[in-house]
Amino acid sequence: MLCDDCKKKEATIQITQIIDNQKMTLNLCQKCAEKRGFSSPFAGVPFPLAEFLSGMILPGPSGSSAGKKGVPRTEKEPKCPNCGMTLSQFAQRGRLGCGSCYKTFRTQLKDLLRKIHGSDRHRGKIPNLPGVQMEYLKEERKLQEELKKAIDEEDFEMAASIRDKIKNLSRMDPFGQEKK
Amino acid sequence: MFEDLVKKPAAWLSGEGENSEIVLSSRVRLARNICAVPFPSVAQSGEREKAVSFVLGAIQKSSRLASGQFYNSCDLSPLDRDFLIERHLVSPEFMKEGNSKALYIGEEEKISLMINEEDHLRIQALRSGLEIKSAFELADKVDSELSSSLEFDFDPDFGYLTSCPTNVGTGMRASVLIHLPGLVLTKEIENVISQVTKLGLTVRGFYGEGSDVLGNLFQISNQTTLGKSEEDLIESLEKVTLQIIEYENNSRNTLYRDAREQIEDKIWRAFGILQNARVITSTEVTNLLSAIRLGLGMGTISEVSLSTVNQILLISFPAHLQKYFNREMDPNQRDIQRAELIREKLKGTT
Repeated sequence: MLCDDCKKKEATIQITQIIDNQKMTLNLCQKCAEKRGFSSPFAGVPFPLAEFLSGMILPGPSGSSAGKKGVPRTEKEPKCPNCGMTLSQFAQRGRLGCGSCYKTFRTQLKDLLRKIHGSDRHRGKIPNLPGVQMEYLKEERKLQEELKKAIDEEDFEMAASIRDKIKNLSRMDPFGQEKK
Repeated sequence: MFEDLVKKPAAWLSGEGENSEIVLSSRVRLARNICAVPFPSVAQSGEREKAVSFVLGAIQKSSRLASGQFYNSCDLSPLDRDFLIERHLVSPEFMKEGNSKALYIGEEEKISLMINEEDHLRIQALRSGLEIKSAFELADKVDSELSSSLEFDFDPDFGYLTSCPTNVGTGMRASVLIHLPGLVLTKEIENVISQVTKLGLTVRGFYGEGSDVLGNLFQISNQTTLGKSEEDLIESLEKVTLQIIEYENNSRNTLYRDAREQIEDKIWRAFGILQNARVITSTEVTNLLSAIRLGLGMGTISEVSLSTVNQILLISFPAHLQKYFNREMDPNQRDIQRAELIREKLKGTT
């Protein structure tokens, strides 16, 4: 559908207004919507992120402890111990403050990353960093590949044994310590 | 500054590389952050300077980066900044406000580093033609070399950590700049874009995020950065690009079969305007060159070479034009000077 205003671009935003019991619907493109003053607070933030972030700072349908619609929660929010970033600040800016934010907001970010990337596991390059036992990562990745191969070949006995090995491995964290 | 660069073709417009008549350039960008330093958007100015000096130290230790140039962004004039953006050496984002930013440009502009853009470090490799793999190999080698003296933020689950969660994991954005007039003229482009988007790739206009389509040039890049290896992401971008090249060629064949005179007319008129115009904007030049580029690909025109087309494209951009003549000009003066320069470049071509 073309934009009602410029009649050139594809309409991506639908705006419904009710004035004197008369319902009026406008289909607009991003630019014309902005011209009419309907700008999104998340303009410029990539789409899946914007959707998630708006969900995060706006109260759900059941009505949560958050204040009025659109008002970020500020009370007793967990803060990143390194840079002081809170989730509502992140929701407003769309940017995290430091590497430690990923540890502090791990659970929420896992959900977000799954929405954006369809995955929450890195499968790419592993740098040589001190402190982190990269051998662990490489071993785990190798076993995952073997497991996939065993399942593809319907060798379920082998698959079960590989799965146990992965389980054993995941009892340790990447720093070589047993997980609590 | 950059007077030596302006007379040379930009790395991404040399006309070399695979399928360079359709794919102008390939680019791979890696985002990295330095451990224990807050990301640039929240860092204090002292912390940002720390990031600059860490990266500078690592560059000095790197043999691969020994012959490039290092610049502080505060030393760059507004014209220098626009020049670098036009040349694809920095992002428009990098040149926005904010202090303690720095830039490294490697030999022949194949590698550039942006320090304190959205992340502490952005490594960019740029190649002419469909050369995504070789661009990645270059960026990857530079990354490995720098990581021997820099400790990057890395999480075993999430990979390389970035300021925006849309870049986390590999931190890699690979893209091609592709010229698709056939698909635009046959109105197949919307269809192709929607298919490409379903395959996890993003399509944008010429100058990145939010930019309009200019001169039938499109930028295609990977949308996700987490959950797949760099090699897998690159392979899928390359495969899709090859497929699009095939669609584009099919469209050109259809046009040639069904509307040969109209297409040839469009190409020759474009050539005529460029040869004779007295006042011309950079947007008009970009669009006319698209027709000539199409004519070169279809064998309609041989009076001008691909390298001249690329040279005119680059030199027509406002900052390049002013750098070329070594003086600042208002838009009206630029349009006159641009037309004159193009007439000069195309002299003796008929």
